[in-house]
Amino acid sequence: MSEIELPTLSPRRMALRRFVGHKAAVASCVVLGLLVLVVILSPLTARYGVNESVRKPPNSFLPPQKIAWFGTDDIGRDIYSRLIYGIRVSLIIGLFSAIIAVAVGCVVGAVAGFRGGFFDDVVMRVTDLFLAFPFLVALLVVRQTLGALSWLTPLVGDMSSVRFIIFLLAFFGWMTVARIVRGQVLSLKEREFIEAARAVGASRRYIILRHLVPNSIGPIMVALTFSVVGAIIGEATLAFFGYGPQAGAGTTSLGILVQAAKGAVQSGFWWMVVFPCAALVIISLCINFIGDALRDATDPRLDMGH
Amino acid sequence: MSDPVLLIRDLRVTFDTPLGELHAVRGVDFDVSSGELIGVVGESGSGKSVTFLAAMGLLPPRAKVTGSVILDGEELIGANPRRLRSIRGRLMSMIFQDPLSALNPVHRIGDQISEMLQSHQKISNRDAATKSVELLDLVGIPQPGDRARQYPHEFSGGMRQRVVIAMAIANNPKVLIADEPTTALDVTVQAQILEVIQRVQEKFGTAVVLITHDLGVIARVASRVNVMYAGRNVESGIVDSLFDHPSHPYTRGLLNSLPRVGSERLEPITGFPPNMLRPPIGCGFSPRCQFSQPACDAKLPELRSFGDLQTACIRAEEIVVSGAPVR
Amino acid sequence: MSEPILQVHQLVKNFEIRASRGARKVKRVVQAVSGVSFTVSKGQTLGIVGESGSGKTTVARLIMQLCAPTSGSVTFEGRDLAALKFEEMRQLRRRIQIVFQDPFASLDPKMTVGASIAEPLVVQREPGNHEERVTELLNLVGLAPDHARRFPHEFSGGQRQRVGIARALALNPALIVLDEPVSALDVSIQAGVINLFDDLQKRLGMSYVFIAHDLSVVRHIADQVAVMYLGKIVEIGPKQTVYEHPTHPYTVALLSAVPVPNPSVERARQRIMLEGEVPSPVNPPSGCRFRTRCWKATDLCAQEEPRLVQRPTGQLSACHFPE
Repeated sequence: MSEIELPTLSPRRMALRRFVGHKAAVASCVVLGLLVLVVILSPLTARYGVNESVRKPPNSFLPPQKIAWFGTDDIGRDIYSRLIYGIRVSLIIGLFSAIIAVAVGCVVGAVAGFRGGFFDDVVMRVTDLFLAFPFLVALLVVRQTLGALSWLTPLVGDMSSVRFIIFLLAFFGWMTVARIVRGQVLSLKEREFIEAARAVGASRRYIILRHLVPNSIGPIMVALTFSVVGAIIGEATLAFFGYGPQAGAGTTSLGILVQAAKGAVQSGFWWMVVFPCAALVIISLCINFIGDALRDATDPRLDMGH
Repeated sequence: MSDPVLLIRDLRVTFDTPLGELHAVRGVDFDVSSGELIGVVGESGSGKSVTFLAAMGLLPPRAKVTGSVILDGEELIGANPRRLRSIRGRLMSMIFQDPLSALNPVHRIGDQISEMLQSHQKISNRDAATKSVELLDLVGIPQPGDRARQYPHEFSGGMRQRVVIAMAIANNPKVLIADEPTTALDVTVQAQILEVIQRVQEKFGTAVVLITHDLGVIARVASRVNVMYAGRNVESGIVDSLFDHPSHPYTRGLLNSLPRVGSERLEPITGFPPNMLRPPIGCGFSPRCQFSQPACDAKLPELRSFGDLQTACIRAEEIVVSGAPVR
Repeated sequence: MSEPILQVHQLVKNFEIRASRGARKVKRVVQAVSGVSFTVSKGQTLGIVGESGSGKTTVARLIMQLCAPTSGSVTFEGRDLAALKFEEMRQLRRRIQIVFQDPFASLDPKMTVGASIAEPLVVQREPGNHEERVTELLNLVGLAPDHARRFPHEFSGGQRQRVGIARALALNPALIVLDEPVSALDVSIQAGVINLFDDLQKRLGMSYVFIAHDLSVVRHIADQVAVMYLGKIVEIGPKQTVYEHPTHPYTVALLSAVPVPNPSVERARQRIMLEGEVPSPVNPPSGCRFRTRCWKATDLCAQEEPRLVQRPTGQLSACHFPE
C-alpha cells in the first residue's frame, strides 16, 4: 500500500499537537502552573499569615521593601502573602463555579438541543431573559433572592461564604455553557454518523453519550476555561461592591484586595493597586490564551486530517 | 491550427506542508488556441485543478510555482500582482464547481455582473446594467431584466452557474477555465450548462479549458483532451483518437473502469495514487500498471508523439499492439 | 422471480417548513414523496434514479424508518414497519441496513474505524467477540485487519466507503439501502466498490435498493429500475426495457442528457434538451408534474394526473402520451 506509514494519530493526539503549537498558550500553562504551585504550597510560600502584621506599628502603607515584598496595606498586613491567599480563594471560586456551571449547562444544553421542541424553547427563552439583564443588576438581584430563600441555605451556605459565591456565579455561568453545548448538539444532530447510529437501532441515550459528548468535548473544554475566567472576574466584581467572601475573618480574595485598593489610588499607595490588579489581569490573560488555543486545537473541521 | 492563446510550459507547483513538500504539479505542458475547447481529465490528486489555479495566480503564498505560463504572449509567472489582477476576469477567467462561492449573497445579480464589467472597462452604470441584462440573456436566463434585480439565493444551482458564466465572459476573455462546472449539478442541468458553454465559445471564440473527471462530458464537448495523473500529463490528443485507441495504461484503465452496456464485471484500477510528498522517481502509474517494467521505475517518462497522440508511456507501442481490452 | 422482501405502497412524505413571505411567516408543505409504490424481490436490486427534488433520498430514509411517512406503508419481510413498536423495530433493524453517500460524514471522526464497524453489534447487544467479526468484515470489504484501530481521517474516500459497507454488513442484513454509495468516489475506485456490491449479492444473497443519479452505474447493477421525478415514480420496470425502450418523456430526456464516453456516439446522438428546471416541491404542477418541461404537454396533462400504466414493452409508466 503506497500510503505513508504513520503511527495512528488519534484525534486527541492531533489536538494536543495543535495546542502545543500555540506558544502563548503553552507559556500561559507554564505561568499558571507555577502560580498554582505557589498557591497550593501557600503555608510555605507565603511569608506571613493572612491577617498578620509585618511588624509593630508603624506598619501601614509601607512601600515594597525587604520585609514586605509588595508593601503593606492599611493595617500593616503583607500584601504579597495576602495576594497568595487571595489568589487561592479566587481560583477555588473560579474552578468550582465553572465546574458546576459546565456540568449543569452540558446536561441542559444537550437535552435542549437533542430533543428540541417545547423544552428547548423554554430553556432558550429563560437564558435569553437572564442574559438580557445588565450583569451587575442581575447579579445583585439574584444574590438577594438566593440569600432570601432560606430553604436553600443548607446547600448554598450563608450569603457571605465562599460556597454561596460559587453557587451564585455558577447560576450565571451555566446559561452560556448551555447555549454553546446546545449549538454544538444541533449541528451534530444532523450529521450522517448520527443517522447511521439511529439506523442501527441506537437509543437516544447511547447517541448522546457515545457520539454527541465525545464530539463536543472541544467546545465544552473551551466553555470551561472561559467560565473560569468569567467566575474569577465575577467574584472580583462582587467584592468590589462589598459582597465578596467574608472579609476580615481570615478570608481574602483577589476581589477583596482590589476593593481595598479603591481608596489607595488617590493617596499614591500604588502597590496596593498594582499587584492585585496585575495578578487578576495575568490570570485572566493566561486562561484566555489557553481557551483560544483549545478552541483552535479542537476545531472539528481539522478532525478530517490534512 | 492558430497560435495558442495560452501556453503552459514545464509548470511545477509544490506546497509547503508540515509533513514536507507536496509536489502537486510536476512539469506540465499545455496549450489551447482560440475557439478550442480542451478537456483536462484526472482524478483526485492528479493536479488538474492546481495547474490552472497556478496559471491564474490564485494559489496561496505558501505554494511555489515555477515554469512558464504565457497568455496571449505575456508571461504570467512572476508577474506583478497588480498586473495579474487586471488580467483575471478580463483576459482569463475561471469558474468553479460551486457557483455560490463566486457570488456575493447580499448583492443583486445584475450589480455583480456590472461590477465585473466596471472593474475592467470604462463603462457607465447605465451601460453596464444594460450589458448585464444582455449577458444574462446570452446564457439563457429567462426574463433577464427582472432576474437581474434578484439575489443569488433566488436562483437554483443551474441558474447560478449560468450567472457565473455570464460574469466570467463579461469582459470577453481570451481564455475561460471551467473547473468541474457541472459536477454538482443534475444531469439534465449539466447538459444545459455544457450547451451554454459551447454557445458562448462559438459566439466569442473564447478558448475554453474544461477540467473534469467525467469522461462522458469530455466526449461530448471537447475537441482535444489531456489526461493527468500524479501531477503530470500522461496522454493527450484529439478526443476521437484518445477514446478509440488510448495508449497510456492509465487512460485505458479509466475507460475500462466505466460501466458499459452489457458489462458483467467492471475493471477497477487497483492500488492507490502515489504519495505526492515523496513522488516516485519513475512513472507515477507504475505501481498500479500491469505492463510495468523496471525501466518504468528508473526514469520519469516524457510525453512523446505516438501516432496522432502524445503519450508518456515507454511501452505504448507494445500495449496497443498486444490488443489488451479496451472499450 | 423470487419472493418479495420489501414492499412499499403509496408512500407519502410531506415536510412542513416555515418560510417567510415578506414579513410574515407562512407554513409551507414540501411534498417530498407523493405516492410511491414498488416491490423489491429477494436477491435482486432495485435502482432508483432521479435528480434533485425527486425525493429519492427521502424514500431511502422512509424505508429505514429514519423518518415517519405521512401516509402509506413499508412492508419488510411481510411486516408493516409503521405498526411496529420501538423495540420491535429495533430488532428488525438487524435485517435492513443503509450505506450513506458521504464517506466523510458517515463515520464518527472520534471513533476508530473498528469501533464504528462494531457499533451495530454493540447497539444490538450481540454476544461474543466483536473483534473477530470486525476482522472478518474488514477482510470481506478488502481492507487489512490492522486498520481497525485507525481513525477515519487516515483513510481515503474509497476506503472510508468500504468501512461504511463493512458496518452495514455487520449484522448480516437481508436488505441494504444504498444511498448514492459511489457518487463521492473517483471513477476508478467506483468500479471496485461496485464489484464488491456485486460479489456480496452473489455470495450472500442480499437485496439492494440502489439510489443514484448516475444512470450508467445503475444500469450496471440494477435488475429493476424506477425513475423518479418530483416525488413520483414516472417509470418503473426491468432495467433492459427502461433503458432501451423508455416510454416516459422524462426518462427519454434523462437518458439523452447523460454523456456517453464515446465521442462518435455523442456526435451522432439526437439530444433532447429539457427547458427550465425542476419546479419546487412546495408547489408542484397540477396534473402531471413533468408537464412544465415536457414537449408533449397538452391541456389534458394539466387537468388529469396520469396513472402508472403497463406498457406493451413491459414496464409501467405514467404518461398520457407515452413514447
